Amino acid sequence: MQRIPPEGGTTNSLLRNHAMIHRSNRTAWTFLAPNLAGFLVFVVLPVVVALGLSFFRWDVFHDAKFIGWRNFTEMFGGATEDGQWTWNDPKFWQALGNTFFFLIAIPISMALSLLLAVVLNQKMRGRIWFRTVFFLPTVCAGVGLLLLWKLMLLNPQFGLINSLLASVGIEGPKWLQSYHWAKPAIILMIVWATMGGTNMILYLAGLQNISPELYEAAQIDGAGRWAQFRHVTWPMLAPTTFFISTTSLIAGFAGEFDAVYVMTRGGPDGATTTLGYYTYQHAFEWFNMGYACAVAMVMFVLILTVTVIHWRYSEARSHYA
Amino acid sequence: MRESRWPRVFSYTFLSIVGVTMVLPLLWMVLTSLQKPGADAMDFRHPIPREGLHWSNYGEVFHDTGVARSLLNSAVVTVAVTAGLVFTSSLAAYAFARLRFFGRDKIFLGYLATMMIPGVVTMVPTFLILRELRWVDSYYALIIPPMFSAYGVFLLRQFFLTLPRDLDEAATIDGCSPWGIYWRIILPLSQPALAALTILTFLGSWRSFMWPLIVTHTKDKFTLPLALAQFQEMYGIHWTLLMAGSVIMIIPMLIVFIFGQRFFVEGVQLGAVKG
Repeated sequence: MQRIPPEGGTTNSLLRNHAMIHRSNRTAWTFLAPNLAGFLVFVVLPVVVALGLSFFRWDVFHDAKFIGWRNFTEMFGGATEDGQWTWNDPKFWQALGNTFFFLIAIPISMALSLLLAVVLNQKMRGRIWFRTVFFLPTVCAGVGLLLLWKLMLLNPQFGLINSLLASVGIEGPKWLQSYHWAKPAIILMIVWATMGGTNMILYLAGLQNISPELYEAAQIDGAGRWAQFRHVTWPMLAPTTFFISTTSLIAGFAGEFDAVYVMTRGGPDGATTTLGYYTYQHAFEWFNMGYACAVAMVMFVLILTVTVIHWRYSEARSHYA
Repeated sequence: MRESRWPRVFSYTFLSIVGVTMVLPLLWMVLTSLQKPGADAMDFRHPIPREGLHWSNYGEVFHDTGVARSLLNSAVVTVAVTAGLVFTSSLAAYAFARLRFFGRDKIFLGYLATMMIPGVVTMVPTFLILRELRWVDSYYALIIPPMFSAYGVFLLRQFFLTLPRDLDEAATIDGCSPWGIYWRIILPLSQPALAALTILTFLGSWRSFMWPLIVTHTKDKFTLPLALAQFQEMYGIHWTLLMAGSVIMIIPMLIVFIFGQRFFVEGVQLGAVKG
């Protein structure tokens, strides 16, 4: 023992303390164990396996074969044929492009969420009622709503949207059956389903946290309504905006799997195949487990990169504000 | 005040238009589910069924399409996932919020980091792990993997941290063990957070599509969303039946939402505090 405690009693209490820390350590692990075990097996292990398998070729039925970076060179590589550049896997690039295209839904939906929240953030009758109604699509989300959109709203001949367009003399597009309109159709649905949901609730909470004194001060300085929004509301909501955009980006890169599967199966002609759906196709339709994991890894790295860039950029921005 | 400056008429008109846009499609779904099957079932000029409400659509979709069985599956799976997730998450959240142990903050950071990984990224390896366990096409596969998400632990820890520590200390002095504190103090005080997590998990599990799609193959294991999607692929033109099926899927979620709206809103905000 290096230090002799001045009084005999302290040694005892130190030892007892030590024993207690040990015991509390063990107790803590018992609390943690059930969740941590499942977490390691079903959340952490899959990430490791995905990384490992992305260097293999495996069709599930035969033995897996280590092929190094070949999945990735297949994905990103290309060659010049007859003086024209062709990708080894053009479908991958199409899926990548589609995934980014669908991200357009995020700013549109967020802007509408914010607008709804600002309008709702007034003392007015029926606020709660409106909020509940706007939330309905979020509550009802799922295959039922996807079928409603696919069969009832976006149906080119009988659907509500084209019927309404026809009644004012516009011939509506073929929506999900059209190469050019399938993506906008799904974006329209996403915006409809998300604009009044969770994000609006978060913006509403953010607005309610802004001190009225800030607006009073701005008014004294002669700020109009737009200036107040620009210089008080928007900067004060920066953390909320950051949170919403981060979670939306992560979900967005995952690529609307349910909608794509139920509504278009990635079609027509790959127009709505996102990276998420492309992963599914390789794994469960063509049994290329290795290649599927490689696509998933690319998705993971994309999410990571974009999130980090987004985080840096937002940090810089909030300093500025 | 700033509020009174907004022109009322504009606000109400705007909100009403958005509200109608939200409600109209849902209303139309319900009305179509009560139409007589046939080509003009979707004619929007006759939204109200002309020949009376055709309730037999519900009977038909319920008995003839496997919806009854899948409804039972969905109920069992959703209840089991929700109970398991809320219970194990509350245990872990208590450890993270209240106990000291080696590596606590690092492990929690690990939990947080996985919230960045969407399910699509890990769906293939998770399926392969289940295959090794011989769980594919079983209730285990439907129930156990979805029980573990960092989100539940994060949300509950966030709430537990707001409870005053004096309570724990007072209880410890009175001879209460950590288990006693968890069970008799923390859990009863956390009812709003537990209710919020229960509701969010229930809804998420009920509508879950990708996971059941991957791990089940036989019809008697299908959950409701899967059964509906499959029915649509085989009989895509039976709009009335498909809408009846969709309404059946949506009703439980609406009931949970109506009864738990207060907790729901709280939970959404609690999960975002870290922002």
